[in-house]
Amino acid sequence: MTDSKVLDRGKRLGAWYVAEYRIRQMGKWASTIFLVSFGNPVIYLLAIGIGVGSLVDANTGGVGINGVSYITFLAPALLATASIQAAMDETSFPTLEGFVWNKSFYGMNSTQLTAGQIVDGIMIAAFFRAFLTSGIYLIVLFAFGAVQVEAMPGLFLIASLAGMSFGGLMLAATSFVKEDDGFFAVVYRFIVAPMFLFSGTFYPLDQMPIFLQWIGWISPLWHSTNLSRAVSYGLEVPSWLLTLHVVFLVVTMVIGVLIGKKQFERRLLK
Amino acid sequence: MPKKKQNEPMISARGLTKVFGDFVAVDGIDFEVQRGEAFGLLGPNGAGKSTTMRMIASTSQRSSGQLEILGRDPNTQGPEIRAHLGVVPQQDNLDRELKVWENLYIYGRYFGLSRKFLKGKVDELIEFAQLEEKRNAKTDDLSGGMKRRLTIARALVNEPEILMLDEPTTGLDPQARHVLWDRLFRLKEQGVTLVITTHYMDEAEQLCDRLVVMDKGKIMAEGSPAQLIKNYSSKEVLEVRFGSANNKSAAKKLDGLGDRMEVLPDRILIYSENGEKVLEKIVKLGLKPITSLVRRSSLEDVFLRLTGRTLVD
Repeated sequence: MTDSKVLDRGKRLGAWYVAEYRIRQMGKWASTIFLVSFGNPVIYLLAIGIGVGSLVDANTGGVGINGVSYITFLAPALLATASIQAAMDETSFPTLEGFVWNKSFYGMNSTQLTAGQIVDGIMIAAFFRAFLTSGIYLIVLFAFGAVQVEAMPGLFLIASLAGMSFGGLMLAATSFVKEDDGFFAVVYRFIVAPMFLFSGTFYPLDQMPIFLQWIGWISPLWHSTNLSRAVSYGLEVPSWLLTLHVVFLVVTMVIGVLIGKKQFERRLLK
Repeated sequence: MPKKKQNEPMISARGLTKVFGDFVAVDGIDFEVQRGEAFGLLGPNGAGKSTTMRMIASTSQRSSGQLEILGRDPNTQGPEIRAHLGVVPQQDNLDRELKVWENLYIYGRYFGLSRKFLKGKVDELIEFAQLEEKRNAKTDDLSGGMKRRLTIARALVNEPEILMLDEPTTGLDPQARHVLWDRLFRLKEQGVTLVITTHYMDEAEQLCDRLVVMDKGKIMAEGSPAQLIKNYSSKEVLEVRFGSANNKSAAKKLDGLGDRMEVLPDRILIYSENGEKVLEKIVKLGLKPITSLVRRSSLEDVFLRLTGRTLVD
């Protein structure tokens, strides 16, 4: 049955078959994914956007930050954070599952699929999830009046890219994990939480002491947030820095994927 | 179709070696597997069987030696070879979240098989695995034997030229083992080439046309189960027990009664053409074994003879 035509198709589309599997698995959690995707922005926007926002706006004499209301300032950062979180869920857990929990990667690798195709497939599925999450988030942001319609396509793309940047890095990092001995707890406490707090999310990065600003410089969240603010409300960012933001996001994603492929190959082809 | 003439071997290994650091897992072994054959690798845990299987499955690179599967070199044509193999790993790696039919379907997709083809194939395999009633069950809810059958069915989704089974019945209860053997027999009858590793001699005797006995990465002997028994053991074996404290001293008096004798911690094995006769002689000597048993020689005895150790310890 597996004639050369089928073989060729498998070679060409292998990554998509892995993605198909991942998305089918996501389907098992569809209701949770949708609930979180809607609930998360609503809670943040109510509590911080409106709650903290009204304080900030009142104390800046109605000028807000960067000359816009606090909720407008905050929205791009929350959007990118949500996308990053979603992509991270779809790269780190599946990687640990594939190597450790149910060893499904070894099963995949017994077919004609290669290590590289498995990595690509996971990234495609993570992209899908980042798309979905960013899209839903944007709709909620729009409903709260935190973004303009014309900025939405750009914000959507940047947020998805931010997710893939961090997703790629997480995939690479997780591919080295031999067993789940608190790896995720460490990542959340010492990487995700500081990144969320110190990437110019709640106030401009340059208002932080200089010795903490580096966290933003190496964080996909800051690069995407700063870029999104330029797109969303015209924050003035020099063009070299805009370029750097895009390059940083793409390069970190590519580096993550390349390291991941190398390590997947090493682990699968023992 | 694979580039391969009709009478060329499906698998051919020459001096096949695998080294992990300074541990030699497979130490220069030679063997061939012919089309339609059920070929076994028999040996204790750590003999190098699984490593050999992984090299054949083209998911582990050999350290040295020659290896050809379906006329191809796994180092350069891994995916092409794997497209024609069915692999049943030692530990099931099914997706526990997915339904039974989804596991078969998704695996078929990995091979690039069309949805249309898989629709019929999945039904056929569910029937083969006798899981009709569990079709829509979550895979996590299956028993060990059912999971094993599903894993085997999954390995057949691409209609492989070679089906590889690594310890197919380890950890199953006797009834589940027999159901599984029955399924494997059917495949054999259909002409599927089987490669099986096991440390159960009864499994090897039941399923394998030909096998190699492996120990410490080397092949100790090769042949059909009957041939191996004929070459390395006698027709019958008498097992006698005198109690673990007395076996050694009793053995001294039994010397020369059979063709050969093995003294194990718990029992003494005496090999001969006629076990009953040996037992009569023992009784005449005035020795009173606590228990005695005459049985036919098995692959276990072959292994004991070749390595001085038992298969399952």
